Amino acid sequence: MAEEVKLLKTWSSPFGLRAFWILKLKGVQFDFIDEDLSNKSPLLLQSNPVYKKVPVLIHNGKPISESLVILEYVDETWKQNPLLPEDPYERARARFWAKFGEDKVLVSIWNAFIKQGKEQEEAIGLAIETLKFLEEELKGKRFFGGEKIGLADLALGWLANLIGVFEEVIGVKLIEKERFPLLSAWMQEFAEAPVIKESWPPHEKLVTKFRAIREPYVAAAAQPK
Amino acid sequence: MAKSDVKVLGAWPSPFVMRARIALKIKSVEYEYLEENLGSKSELLLKSNPVHKKIPVLIHNDKPVCESLIIVEYVDEAWSSSGPSIIPSDPYDRAVARFWAAYVDEKLFPALKSIGSGDGAEAKKAAIEQLIEGLVLLEDAFVKCSKGKPFFGGSQIGFLDIAFGCYLGWVRVTEKMNEVKLLDEVKTPGLFKWAERFCADAAVKDVMPETDKLAEFAKVLAKLRASGKWN
Repeated sequence: MAEEVKLLKTWSSPFGLRAFWILKLKGVQFDFIDEDLSNKSPLLLQSNPVYKKVPVLIHNGKPISESLVILEYVDETWKQNPLLPEDPYERARARFWAKFGEDKVLVSIWNAFIKQGKEQEEAIGLAIETLKFLEEELKGKRFFGGEKIGLADLALGWLANLIGVFEEVIGVKLIEKERFPLLSAWMQEFAEAPVIKESWPPHEKLVTKFRAIREPYVAAAAQPK
Repeated sequence: MAKSDVKVLGAWPSPFVMRARIALKIKSVEYEYLEENLGSKSELLLKSNPVHKKIPVLIHNDKPVCESLIIVEYVDEAWSSSGPSIIPSDPYDRAVARFWAAYVDEKLFPALKSIGSGDGAEAKKAAIEQLIEGLVLLEDAFVKCSKGKPFFGGSQIGFLDIAFGCYLGWVRVTEKMNEVKLLDEVKTPGLFKWAERFCADAAVKDVMPETDKLAEFAKVLAKLRASGKWN
């Protein structure tokens, strides 16, 4: 049977981008569909009935959902250019940082993005505290994965691109080079890596999209209490 | 290998700590268990998990591993030649197990906690409905994963059994304290029987806290939360 690999994603979703990256990095032949989330395809609804979200990877008709689960599935199924090291301890560390990125970094940055006034100040403070852990982890390393891009790099990679978008929309710098020299260097190196650099969604389109997402929060905060 | 080469920092009521201990039992790994006083965290805990300062932490030859499901996968890999495999061998089955493990943590456990959180009758009813809906989904997952065998993992307990089963003590306490049936023989017959088998399993029964003891703890916790002394 010919291998059939299909990726359901959207043009902008950073989660979908992770799956896109790993398939490209591994040289896997695949098709992708950019979904319109206001009008989800029957295939999406059928393939991810629990969450009805992207990304979904469909491999020979079998669906896999949740981007970090997809990353590990792809790494285990196509063994070339492995994303995770062999050593169990190093694997645990890579998974730890991928999870930290999801549970803490993403959440704290998002709060800094949507909150207003005093709450935003606090959220920015918290985001910076969170980012300091990443800065610390990069000591002596080129990537979170060491000499080459690994699982944690793909999990955190959205930072390299979306941080600039968020900063532009809110008018606040979150990752300053002086405070985060290693993280800044990593963001640049990751953003320009082969495969990665060709994949970024158009910047202006992202700015427009996220500005629109932020609007209701700005409006709500401007309401007299 | 000396017992002190492997340490687990934990707390007896924690379902997450149970995950680590079940995995170690499956692999017949001897370890030193250190009960943390969560009101006053040990130096070792703060040093071993500086990012989250939470339990469980597995310390293997002085190297700390944090996050319960990451610990389970680590134990499976580090002691791969000892005892049965914990994670399924087929990549697709693994993906399914990891998917449901994440679901249990992100959807089921928060719903379970909010049943007992005292936010009013409406909120409680909604939380119960949400939890039962989730359990029905898991019933379906159980049927598909077990393929007629006793556990999600097949003939022996595996990754998803551990990920989900660790919550059973708290499910029972919630049922008792809120006079509600969550794991239902009629709605979720597969899970109902699975729960009994899981709790009786040799790798589980010594680390599953007794429901009564856990209920007492839950009452104390509720009081502390209400008085603002515990976050």
